[in-house]
Amino acid sequence: MNLLEVRNVSKSFGSLAALSGVSLSVEPGELRAVIGPNGAGKTTFFNLISGFFPPSAGEIVFDGADVTALPAHRRVEIGMARTFQITEIFPELTVRENVRIAAEVAAGHRLRYWIGSSHAAEVSGRVDEIMDLTGLAGKAQRLVGELAHGDQRAAEIAMALALGPRLLLLDEPTAGMGDQETVEITALIRRLHKDSRYTIVLIEHDMQVVFRLADRITVLDQGRLLAEGAPQEIADNHAVQAAYLGKTT
Amino acid sequence: MMAPHLRRQAFKLGAIWLLLLAVPLWLPMIGGYLALGTRVLVLGLAAMSLNFLLGFTGVLSFGHAAYFGLGAYGTGLALKMFTHSTPLALVLGVLLGGVAGALLGALIVRRRGVYFAMVTIAFGQVFYFIAFRWNSLTGGDDGLRGFERQPLDFGPWSLDILHDPTLFYYFVLVFFALAAGAMGFLLRSPFGRTLLAIRENERRARFLGIPIEQHIWLAFTISCFFVALAGGLNALLNNFADPTMLNYTQSGEIVIMVVLGGIRSFWGPLLGAAVFVVLQDYLSSLTPNWMSFLGIIFVLMVLFFPRGVLGMHWPGLVRSVWVRLRPAHGGDKPA
Repeated sequence: MNLLEVRNVSKSFGSLAALSGVSLSVEPGELRAVIGPNGAGKTTFFNLISGFFPPSAGEIVFDGADVTALPAHRRVEIGMARTFQITEIFPELTVRENVRIAAEVAAGHRLRYWIGSSHAAEVSGRVDEIMDLTGLAGKAQRLVGELAHGDQRAAEIAMALALGPRLLLLDEPTAGMGDQETVEITALIRRLHKDSRYTIVLIEHDMQVVFRLADRITVLDQGRLLAEGAPQEIADNHAVQAAYLGKTT
Repeated sequence: MMAPHLRRQAFKLGAIWLLLLAVPLWLPMIGGYLALGTRVLVLGLAAMSLNFLLGFTGVLSFGHAAYFGLGAYGTGLALKMFTHSTPLALVLGVLLGGVAGALLGALIVRRRGVYFAMVTIAFGQVFYFIAFRWNSLTGGDDGLRGFERQPLDFGPWSLDILHDPTLFYYFVLVFFALAAGAMGFLLRSPFGRTLLAIRENERRARFLGIPIEQHIWLAFTISCFFVALAGGLNALLNNFADPTMLNYTQSGEIVIMVVLGGIRSFWGPLLGAAVFVVLQDYLSSLTPNWMSFLGIIFVLMVLFFPRGVLGMHWPGLVRSVWVRLRPAHGGDKPA
């Protein structure tokens, strides 16, 4: 069974049709890249999947359950976590506090006015694990707002991981990064995919990153599904070349 | 062995509480009178309650005087009409203000920023006009009179908080300590951290699975309960309550105290209240136009201490002032 099924979703803002009738199926363990030229509707598509706003038409099914009408925070509860194109973190808190808040919410402690030592140890262990996995352990006590851009991106991914997601949605994880940072974040995503077996859907502009990481690629153009397939098929697809790759290479 | 920052924290807390406990000793020595100290404590509690919402949840209420005033009227009316127990009257006042906050809070938590502030003002003014117009119950413009705080009865002992200002100061300090302790405790809990998360980045918080509206409502309600406690204590302090306590100007004064003291700091608002109350007391004895002077001082404070007195990084400030005042070295005049 597919973990994520998006069926014929459309989204209009006033008279502007940002997305029309796009479908997508993601299998458990898959890494899917969503690409397309600027204005193709990629971020709108992500916002629909994560519940930022509801679709104008169509439905979204996660792990067999219709989540189309579910608010964002409930989708997080059932296992969908996302990052943003422009890093969204808690700048005046330390890296560790950022990740701890996520881990506490995921463990169902968000309304607790007291946390027992066994629960605290559990959360703490989980946070340590994620800090190691994302390579942030050495920067745990730094304020996130003071970190380099690449580390902030990693911290945001760490927060998403702390939610214990079954589906990880990454919106342009390498946006605004230098070469070295791009290599590092790509390696991290690869580890999450290959070693930790996360199911990942990501939007990405950097084609090298996309072709190194993705199992399958979905191409959007002007709000419509243009093509879908394995990286090699997409690279050979004439429509895609015309609409997108042709312009940039 | 405690970590250095924990030791500093413990030292700071110890110093604050020692200072507050010893107020009846040192305040008269520097020319103050005890009721002034009690007033600082009461308004400091109001400011700290507001800061629970403003500084730690990132939501500005400009109508907190309404719940402050409801606490005062609730306490006063309870004493006047059906109880001789001061603590019971206080509890009733707190319930009145807190429950009103909870109900109205539910209606406004979807608003943000300036819209949230505007709606809180509007609801606040509703209560102000009720207190102002409902003569038969509230005494209208003249205020609510005819009640006095009652001595505390402990079987064979009795504490006369009515006639002994020192005893009353400690009575207020006990409630202040309970409230400050509860707020500090909440802010260090997982729930408190979700509030910081909302303050820092609402979108991120929502996508961590935090239902923002529910948490803001809880923070608003908690804040209203504590500000109502401050209002109740204020009624007991003056044996009087009047409609201006509910007016938005009173809300503004509480906001000013918070900003003066520092919105990122837990204790800052108490210091802000002290500065405000002492300046008000001193300036109003010198000139009937004390408000203008207070305003000028506030403007200067905000310009030079944008993060409040306790929010400042003092060594950095000294350095930056020095850099600005230092005589310029040759031709760097603006073109």
